[in-house]
Parts: sequence; structure tokens; C-alpha cells
Amino acid sequence: MTKKIATREAYGAALVELGQKNPAVVVLDADLSKSTKTYDFSQKFSNRFFNIGIAEQNMMGTAAGLAAAGKIAFTSTFAVFATGRVYDQIRNSIAYPRLNVKIGATHAGLTVGEDGASHQSVEDIALMRCLPNMTVLVPADSVEARAAVLAAADIDGPVYIRLGRSEVPVLHDEANFNFVPGKAITLREGKDAAIIACGIMVSAALEAAEQLANQGVSVQVLDMHTIKPLDVEAVVEAARATGAVVTAEEHSIYGGLGGAVAEALVENYPVPMRRVGVRDTFGESGKPQELLEKYGLTASDLVRVVYEVLKRKGK
Amino acid sequence: MSKKTEKLAKLRDQARQIRRYIVSMVGEAGSGHPGGSLSATDIVTALYFDVMRIDPQNPGWPDRDRFVLSKGHAAPVLYAALAERGFFPVEKLRTLRQLGSPLQGHPDMRKVPGVEMSTGSLGQGLSAANGMALAGKLDDRDYRVFVLLGDGEIEEGQVWEAAMAAAHYKLDNVTAFLDHNGLQIDGPTDVVMSAEPLADKWRAFGWEVQEIDGHDMEQILSALARARETRGKPSIIIARTVKGKGVSFMENEVNWHGTAPKPEQVEKALAEL
Repeated sequence: MTKKIATREAYGAALVELGQKNPAVVVLDADLSKSTKTYDFSQKFSNRFFNIGIAEQNMMGTAAGLAAAGKIAFTSTFAVFATGRVYDQIRNSIAYPRLNVKIGATHAGLTVGEDGASHQSVEDIALMRCLPNMTVLVPADSVEARAAVLAAADIDGPVYIRLGRSEVPVLHDEANFNFVPGKAITLREGKDAAIIACGIMVSAALEAAEQLANQGVSVQVLDMHTIKPLDVEAVVEAARATGAVVTAEEHSIYGGLGGAVAEALVENYPVPMRRVGVRDTFGESGKPQELLEKYGLTASDLVRVVYEVLKRKGK
Repeated sequence: MSKKTEKLAKLRDQARQIRRYIVSMVGEAGSGHPGGSLSATDIVTALYFDVMRIDPQNPGWPDRDRFVLSKGHAAPVLYAALAERGFFPVEKLRTLRQLGSPLQGHPDMRKVPGVEMSTGSLGQGLSAANGMALAGKLDDRDYRVFVLLGDGEIEEGQVWEAAMAAAHYKLDNVTAFLDHNGLQIDGPTDVVMSAEPLADKWRAFGWEVQEIDGHDMEQILSALARARETRGKPSIIIARTVKGKGVSFMENEVNWHGTAPKPEQVEKALAEL
């Protein structure tokens, strides 16, 4: 069976790795270090770790000041608090002055689970994507999460890194993994349709493609780990090669990956397309798997939607 | 004249010059915030022309003192001080708020040398100042961070988050000024939203508090000297000021918060200054 690791675990480990490599790296947290996994960094580099308490606005502003003085500041809290709660601080103190603040947002999406809708961020990608100067990364597994954190430190400017609470299958091979922000990764070739996915939906997409292959349908799978800047070339190429596109994300169908891909296709190469995501609703309490099933975010949902889009394509 | 008297006279002259620039540039722009710029002029003058360790030829100098204008709408006073101090030509001041000018309506650190933080959305400057101060301690640099807050601005909750954190982290390299002119857009601060008792609040948050007349250059300098000596906690200087200070028809008039003087009003103001 495939190994499973939460992307937030990889975040914590990558911060320690970065801490050893680069003395300019500092980490801030808002009283959630055990959950966001910044705890190890706080123990190893106590002078470079700042617990700001339950005061996310001040955490973002303090990170901006640290960055203005030459630091690479990682701010860590749950995605729901890392975006909407501090939107203006990110906009005016971080994105507008293009400061080196990296927002590590854990517990994103429905799979935060039992805590319910107040803690389930399904609009954070949309909020971050429309900010000028912001890079938006949504890693699919622990290997990609580590690479995204290391890459974020090298990017000059603000980066949003979306991470999950629950364990997810390890899809990528650490030894042969090449992560380039803004460059999609083709995980499976196919000619009938393309599934463009991010985050935890990448493994669901691979599962769906496998099921469809058994039914004689050939599906390409793209791991779109960077929502912004979007790899428009890869999106258009997938549309050209397959003529039918499905997006998959643990996020609202508005403004996230689905929105970004739709914008790119409409302007460049329109083909039949469907978005799989949370359909303009808040979540609720439940086990992660139960929630994914109820809100239509499983491999079998993707299979159904691929058939729908194939029908529109006229196959 | 003693050396000290001479210095004070020079600073007062400098402040008058900065007030003239404020009135002229806001008048030229046809919009902007003269009232809160004029109330903060003596404080900003003391910082840029006597206290702060800065080098206009080297605005990125790692050991420089930093000034964060948290009440970003007072941009004219900051721009005038930076220009007079040699960060950019004073002729540039005339481009305030014009398309293509680096002198945005609120300060943009990426456009203007010497501007340490982009501000404008109220309540965020103290957090940024704390971050700079933490970095200074981490890097073992002895620079100081100054921040100017408005008395209406401190109604923003983030200010108090930052106040708590500055004391928690014992940021004695942070010195805040509260430009206490008593007026905000909708009227007197104690009518709109009272933050009194001001000094007690900051003291309760763990700060060293001084209360001064924010237009008395001697008091400003001695308060700054005392703040420098304070160890183990941040300092705030609550400066009682007059909104529109120096221009008779603007003084204590809330309507001059965000209104530009017309050409004849600029003339009249310059004649007074």
C-alpha cells in the first residue's frame, strides 16, 4: 500500500531543513505550532521562531517588518485564518510592497474535518490568486510540499503555500523529483480527456484515470501545483491534445484552479470543460472521507464528470 | 546663543520649512491630508534632522534607524522631510499624487527611497516596526525603530495586538509616537470612539509612557533621549498636538483632515508660516 503523509508534516520538516541551510529564514506562528508543525523549528532554532499568540493580523504585519529587514519570514496558521482573517494585512503590508513573506497555510479545505465549516477554508486560493505579486502553490503530497517550501524560499516576493491536515498518498518519487514553480507535472498521458488537479485531488485524479482506463477511456492527469502563475501552456496543450478538460480541487469552484483554467481556456483554446470542487457552499463537521464523498470530491465523482464532458465533446 | 538654543532654533526653522512644503504640495495636488501632516511635523522634524541615524546617500544601509509612518495619510510630512534631508530632490514634491509620480497618496516603500514601509491601511505600522526591531535584535544590530501612530488609528485592534507583542518581546529598540491631535474624520476622537485613558492603556500593555507637548521641540528631544535609555520595554511618547498646526484657519478644524487648500488659501497659509 502507498505510504501516506500529511503535507503539513512535510512543511515542518522542510522548515527545519531550510533553517539549517539559511540563517535568514525565520518562522512565525499564532499559537498552533503543534498543528502547523512548526514546533520542530521552534525547538531547533528558538531565536528565529516567534510565537505571536492568537493575533494573526499582527503575525502578518510582524513578518512584513522582518522581511523588510532582510529576513525570509514564514507565517504559519490554518488556511482559514491565514487568508480571510488577515486579507488586508497580506494585501497592504505584504503583497503591495512585495515583501519576502511565505504564508504556510495548513488545514486547508474540507479535510480539516470535524471542526466544521468555520475552520474549512474553501475560498483561500481565490483570495490569494487575485493579489498582485502573489505566487500560489498547492502541493499534492509530502514530496511536493517539501519542494514547494524550498522553492518558496528562493522566490523573491510573497508566496502562499496551501497545505492539508490529513495524510495523503505519496505520489512523487523524492529521488527523481523536479519541482519548478509555474510548471505543471504530467503524471499520466492520455488522449480522450485531461484532468487538471491540485492538492489532495491529484491522487483522486490518478485513481479516476486508472478506473477510466479499465473502461477504455484514456485520460491525461496534470498535477497543477502552481495556481499562480498558471502554466497556461500546459493547460492549452492538454486541451489541444484531448479536447475535454476536467479540473479538480478541494476548494470552491469559484476563483480557484477551476476558475483559473477556465479563464485560460476561454481566452486561448475553448473546449468542453467541467469543474469539480465545492459548489458554492460552506462545509460541515464530519470525517474527511465522509465530507469528500458528500461534497462530490472523490475519484468516482471525477469518473462521472469525465463521462459528462466526453458526451459534450461528442464522443 | 548656546549650542542647545541654536539647535532648537534650527529645528524649529526646519519644521516651518516642512510645513510650507506640506501646504504647497497638498495645494498643488488638489487633494491630500494637511491636518494630520501638520500636527506631526515637529515630531518628524526632530527624528529626521536630529535623532535618527540615517544616510540619504545609502537608504538601504543595514544599520540605519527606521521610521514607519503608520498613519500613512500623513505622507506629505514624510515626503517633505525625506526631500529636505536629501533622499530625493525637493522639486519632486510638486508631483505628489500625480499619475506616474513615486509620491503616491500613501507611502510606497518600493517607489520612494527612505520610505521604510508601505502604509495607508491604518493600524498596521506598529506590527511592521516590531518585525524590524526583532530582526535588529536577531542580527545584533543596534538600530532603532520609530513609528508614528494617529490617535484615531489606535481604534484598530491590530495596534493592540502589536502593543502586546512589543512588550512581550521586550522591544526597547521600538519608540512609538502617538500624534494625539484629538480629531478624526467624523469628529473628536472622544466622541467617535474614546480610547481614554490613553497613558494607562499603554502602561497596562507594558510600555514606558511619556506625555509631552508635541509641538515643543525641547520636550520632543528630551522624551526621545529618555526613550533611548529605557531598557527591557518599548516606549511610547504621547504627544498632544494640534491638527493643522501652524496654519491659523486649519488649526483644530476637522474639515482639514483630508481637504486640500485652494491657491489663495495656500498663499495665506504660506504667509503665516
